[in-house]
Amino acid sequence: MIELKDVRMIFGQGTVNENVAISNINLKVKEGDFITVIGSNGAGKSTLFNLIAGTITPTIGSIFLNDKNVTREPEYKRARHIGRIFQNPLLGTASNMSLEDNMMITYRKGFKWLKRSLNHAKRELFRQELTQLKMGLENRMKENLAMFSGGQRQALTLLMVVLSKPDLILLDEHTAALDPKNAEIVLELTNKFIEEYKLTGMMITHNMSHAIEFGNRLLMMDKGEIIFDVEGEEKKALTVERLLEKFHEIRHTSFQNDRTLLAEDK
Amino acid sequence: MIEGIFVEGLIYGIMVLGVFISFRVLDFPDLTVDGSFPLGAAIMATCILAGVNLWLALLLAFAGGVIAGYVTALIHNHLKVPNLLAGILTMTMLYSVNIRVLGNRANVPLLNVDTVLTVVNDKLDGIVPDDYKSLVFFVLVALLLKFLLDLFFRTDLGLTIGAMGNNEQMVVSQGVNPKTLKAIGLGLSNGLVALSGAFAAQYLGFADVGLGQGIIISGLASVMIGEFLIMKSNRISVLTLCALLGSVCFHGVLYVGRYYGYLINMTPNDLNLIKGILIIVLLVLTQSRKLKRPSKAVVKND
Repeated sequence: MIELKDVRMIFGQGTVNENVAISNINLKVKEGDFITVIGSNGAGKSTLFNLIAGTITPTIGSIFLNDKNVTREPEYKRARHIGRIFQNPLLGTASNMSLEDNMMITYRKGFKWLKRSLNHAKRELFRQELTQLKMGLENRMKENLAMFSGGQRQALTLLMVVLSKPDLILLDEHTAALDPKNAEIVLELTNKFIEEYKLTGMMITHNMSHAIEFGNRLLMMDKGEIIFDVEGEEKKALTVERLLEKFHEIRHTSFQNDRTLLAEDK
Repeated sequence: MIEGIFVEGLIYGIMVLGVFISFRVLDFPDLTVDGSFPLGAAIMATCILAGVNLWLALLLAFAGGVIAGYVTALIHNHLKVPNLLAGILTMTMLYSVNIRVLGNRANVPLLNVDTVLTVVNDKLDGIVPDDYKSLVFFVLVALLLKFLLDLFFRTDLGLTIGAMGNNEQMVVSQGVNPKTLKAIGLGLSNGLVALSGAFAAQYLGFADVGLGQGIIISGLASVMIGEFLIMKSNRISVLTLCALLGSVCFHGVLYVGRYYGYLINMTPNDLNLIKGILIIVLLVLTQSRKLKRPSKAVVKND
C-alpha cells in the first residue's frame, strides 16, 4: 500500500531556523488498515501526512505507493490514489458552487474533459448517496455550499472522498474545527464508511479515547518519531491510562504535562 | 444613438466575458487583456488588408489571444511569478508584438475594405432596417458566445475550472493539475478579449496599438455593474448575461459622459478618471450593501 523508508524532513536546512520535523520514520501501511495517529503539538503528525500526500518532498528517504516510488511525484498526481480531508471544512468543497456541481467534480479523480456528465441518472445517484448522511442534504442539491454549516460541509467532504474510491484516505484532525455534536456525527460517519467500503485510512486525532476506540492500529508520535506502534489485540486492550503510562515509559517525561498536551476528555 | 450604445456594449461585452472568466471564475486578476485586445485588432486589420478570409481572420485573432493568455499562464505557473506581474509582463511584451503585427505602424486604418460588418450589412439588406443591422449581428454574436461559454462551464472540465477559482486545494486533491486549468482558462479568456478587439477594429474603422489602454478597467467596471444591478446567482448562464448587460450599461454611462460631459466642462480626456471613479463608487456601494444585509456566515456550526 504505502511505505515510508528512512524518511527525514528538515525545514530550513542550513539556516538558523533549521527545524527537524521528522527525524526518522519507517512506516508500512497495509491494505485495510485504519490507523489512528496521536501525538502532542509539533510531534510531526501533519508533516507526516504532508509527506504522504506529496505536499512536501522529504529531505532524505523515499516513499512508495502501491510499490511505486512516488517520492518526487507532485501532490496532484498522488492525489489520484489518496483522498485527504483537512481540519478546515472549507478546503474540501467549493463555496460558490452548488452541491451537485461539487459532487460531480469530486465523483471521479483525474483530469476531466469536455463531457457533460451531470445528468438525471447522476443526480439520482448523488441523491441516494446523500441520504446516507441523514442531514437532509439530498433536498438541497441546487444550493450553494456557502449556505451549509461547517459540520455539513465536512460530512459532505467525507462522503465525496469516499465516493471517489481512493486507495488511502488521510483524515487530518477532520473533526477538530467542529462543535462536539457535529464532530461526533462526522466521526461516526467516518467509522461507518471505513467499515462499509473497507477503506485504508489514517486519522490524526488529539483525542486519546477516539484513538483507542477507532481503527485497528495506533501510532504515537513525538519529536518527529513514531515512538509507539500497536495493532490488533494489543491495541484493543489499550486504555487511556495505559497509553499515558506508555508515553511516560518511553519518554521519561512528566505525566502531568502529557495530560495537558493530549486531550483525554469524555 | 441608443443602438450605438448597444452595439458598442455588445462588442466590448465579448471582452467583458473574457474578463469575467479571469477575474471571477479563475480568481486570477489578469492584466494581459490590455495587450490581447489590440492584438486581436492588429491581427484582424493585417488579415483584412492581406485579403485573408474574414471568418478565418476572426479565428486567427481568437487564436492570437489564446496564445497571449497561455504565455501569461506559462510565466505564472513555471517561474512562480505573481499573477498580476505575469499579466503585466505579457501586456508589455505584446505592445511591441502588436506594432510588429501592424507592420511596424502604430495605427492602421480600415477604410474602403470589406470587413465582417460590411459583409453582414450586405447580407441583411432588405431584411433589417439600415440602422439596426450591426445591432442584430452583434446581438447574435454575443448571445452565441455567451451560450457556448455557458455550455463549456457546465462540462466536467468547466466545473473543475470553476472549482479551482474557488478552492485550489480541492482541485489538487482531485488529482488535477491546477496549472493546466489556469492555462486553459486564461487562454479562453484572452481569446475572447482578442476576438472582441477584432470586432472593435472593424467597427471603429482602424486598429491602433493604444486601443487596449485601460481596457481592463472598462471590463472590470462592466462586470461589477452587471453584478451590482442583477441578483447574485450561482448559475453561469445568469452570470454571463450579467456581464453582457453590465457592458451595455457601462457604455451607456460612457456615452452620456462623452456627449453631455461638456455641460460640466468634461473632456474625453477625463473618461479614464470617470471609469476609475465609477469602479470605486461601485465598490463602496457593494460594501455598504453587504453591511446592511449581512450574508450568512460561511461556516456556521449549527
